[in-house]
Amino acid sequence: MQNHLVHYIYGIADNSLILGQRLGELCGHGPSLETDIAMTNISLDLFGQTRSYYQYAAQLLGGETTEDTIAFLRSEREYKNVLLVEQPNTDFAYIITKQFLFDLFHLLLLEELQNSADESLAAIAKKSSKEVRYHLRFSSDWIKRLGDGTEESHNRIQTAMNDLWIYTDELFDQTDADKAIVEMNIGVNVTLLKAVYYKMASDILEEATLQKPVIQYFQKGGKEGIHSEHMGYLLADMQYMQRAYPNMNW
Amino acid sequence: MTFYLMTKKIMKNWPLWEVFIRSKNGLEHRHCGSLHASDATMALENARDVYTRRMEGVSIWVVPSVHITASNPDDSEELFDPAKDKAYRHPTFYELPDELKHM
Repeated sequence: MQNHLVHYIYGIADNSLILGQRLGELCGHGPSLETDIAMTNISLDLFGQTRSYYQYAAQLLGGETTEDTIAFLRSEREYKNVLLVEQPNTDFAYIITKQFLFDLFHLLLLEELQNSADESLAAIAKKSSKEVRYHLRFSSDWIKRLGDGTEESHNRIQTAMNDLWIYTDELFDQTDADKAIVEMNIGVNVTLLKAVYYKMASDILEEATLQKPVIQYFQKGGKEGIHSEHMGYLLADMQYMQRAYPNMNW
Repeated sequence: MTFYLMTKKIMKNWPLWEVFIRSKNGLEHRHCGSLHASDATMALENARDVYTRRMEGVSIWVVPSVHITASNPDDSEELFDPAKDKAYRHPTFYELPDELKHM
């Protein structure tokens, strides 16, 4: 049971960690000063959430485990984030599309997780959902701006949407740990979020004058630890310091 | 395109906005700086991210900078200097009750 719960927590927290790391890459590289600060703000929100989850997981695991060992010293297969969040920052359209597709799911998830029988998770979800409501506002605004903007911005955001949509179905997949934790009224049954997610996404796409992509076969695997080729590079960047100088801090 | 060039291009296309923040209820909005944004909605969001990250405010106003009419620094002498030697215009002779703050 405890293993299932830790696995379940990783399934939620790793999404925030990896997306936060991707957003952190933009620090000093945003398309404008204001957007740069906005995106790194979101990154810091996500890291804050990640810390709360990992502190709780470390408490459950006991021993030498800390939030830092969970974040920095796991191997690739031990990260349970969805494939969507590890996708590279190809250009601003991809950054915003990835953010939007995740934010929408993230908010729906947290709103349900607030009712969890596990008080710690319910409290983290309650606090985080305020932040995520702003993230979604930010990313969906940009989807509409770019979609309903110039021909160039429209084409770019449509291309990004076509490429990243393939990772959306995985958001609603359940692992064995998910199922066990849902049984105990601790976890959220993500399969029940699917219909409302696609409905809300379609509404925003329509407002943004974008076409909803049609995908036959969706990509999945991250939740079970099977990641895309981008994940190794991301982890190498993120873990370098702790691997090269074990136990360092500042 | 480098970050610098891209930023410069955006700054040229996006108008400037003045940002006013109310630090807590009961106080007035105060000018705290400016930023670039393509429209009012974006200006509000940018202001939230740039100027209220450290809990500086509970309310934001944004105004297009072009709508601000400013006094001319060259006119300072005639506009402001005459007030310098008129201390009697300060209401310093009243006793204020302790409950009155921010006067």
